[in-house]
Amino acid sequence: MTLRIVLGVWMVAVIVLGISLPMVDNPQHWYELPLIPALGERARIMFFHVPTAWLSVLAFVSSMIYGIKYLRKKNPDDDIKSASAAGLGFIFCVLATVTGALWAKFSWGTYWNWDPRQTSIFVLLLIYGAYFALRSAIDVEEKRATLAAVYSIIAAVVMPFFMFIMPRILESLHPSPILSVSKEQGSMAPNMRVLFFASLAGFTGLYYWMWNLHVRASRLEFHRSMKAGG
Amino acid sequence: MPRTEQPLSTWVQSTLAIFRKDLKSELRTRYAISALIMFVITTIAIILFSLGSESAPADALSGMLWVVVFFASMSGLSRTFVTEEERGTAMTLQLMATPSAVLFGKLLFNLVLTLGLNVMTVILYSAFINGFVVRTYSIFVITIGLGSIGLAAAATIIAAIIARANTKGTLYPVLSFPILLPLLLTVINATRLSTEGAFLEEAYGEFQILVSYIVVVVAVSYLLFDYIWKD
Repeated sequence: MTLRIVLGVWMVAVIVLGISLPMVDNPQHWYELPLIPALGERARIMFFHVPTAWLSVLAFVSSMIYGIKYLRKKNPDDDIKSASAAGLGFIFCVLATVTGALWAKFSWGTYWNWDPRQTSIFVLLLIYGAYFALRSAIDVEEKRATLAAVYSIIAAVVMPFFMFIMPRILESLHPSPILSVSKEQGSMAPNMRVLFFASLAGFTGLYYWMWNLHVRASRLEFHRSMKAGG
Repeated sequence: MPRTEQPLSTWVQSTLAIFRKDLKSELRTRYAISALIMFVITTIAIILFSLGSESAPADALSGMLWVVVFFASMSGLSRTFVTEEERGTAMTLQLMATPSAVLFGKLLFNLVLTLGLNVMTVILYSAFINGFVVRTYSIFVITIGLGSIGLAAAATIIAAIIARANTKGTLYPVLSFPILLPLLLTVINATRLSTEGAFLEEAYGEFQILVSYIVVVVAVSYLLFDYIWKD
């Protein structure tokens, strides 16, 4: 209950500030965000797009970790946690893809141009899709949980290859202000950084809250089906 | 997970026995082989019809070669595990052999099938498609070799998974594609290099990726196969 209220206030603050704080050439006050030359006002999307992309990866990794736990202990609760994480991860992955495509339309002139980042998020979407296709194709709960866990581990092991392959094929145009180490790209202004990490934390809290709800609802569903099945 | 200890020679023997069993039953029905051959011929015919008298750029042609290989292998490579489930022989096999012997026996069988498929596809493809000319044979041969091993490795473990599911046929390419995409992108790039007449050294990066992909996929298959195979 308290988590819900805190999250609600926090997210509203982040969204309002992220959209409404003025962007000026020479910021004088704490509330003025610097205007990044090539990005302009479009930079605001990073307060919303980057957290969703981060969550789609986080959800995938946590789904895999609960999958590994399931394989070790065979506890159905771990499978519920794993599947719930994957379900939320899919939603955030779609959000990240759509917001990214919108931004690309205004920055690069086209919704989709197979930039390395776009390719990797597309592959992540495909993996989520395959994961749910596999789950829906198996009736027996235990078998479904085991095979889904195995598939998510295989997918997670193969994913890092894209980091080596994509740069060989195409150079990315995607801005990388947080992880950037190069001098000419520079780093984020302090107030922007605070807002960005506040948004990241808010979205992660939102993810945790939704995931927790989903797990509890699925548990009830699971127990009810166990009772009905005898 | 307890593993029954056994000397390496028995393990090799039972792996080879499973390979021979699969080869024999395949040669008896020729289901996978004929499916693969027909698939390759059909796809190349479609490419020829759609190209008409025009010639596609070499880039696109080296990509299309692997499109043919990917979908052909998706039609044939799942047989090894699916037939065990369909005939109801999976249980017997679980009793007779250790999981790793089953995995590597079937992997070997799929590898032979994939190599045969790829050699045939390449011969047909370069015979019928005009614009496709390989200039650096060393890159091309290594790419086909490593690509076949990687394809067989990933296809085998996914086949083991889908053999347990209800809708086997449609699920196979859906599950395989994200897993195979790093391999496909790399072999397409290497094939393009071979048609451009690049030096062997230029493709070393691609070969490194392919070798590490094979190692990772085989290792993860070996570690996880117990969970898929045992009920």
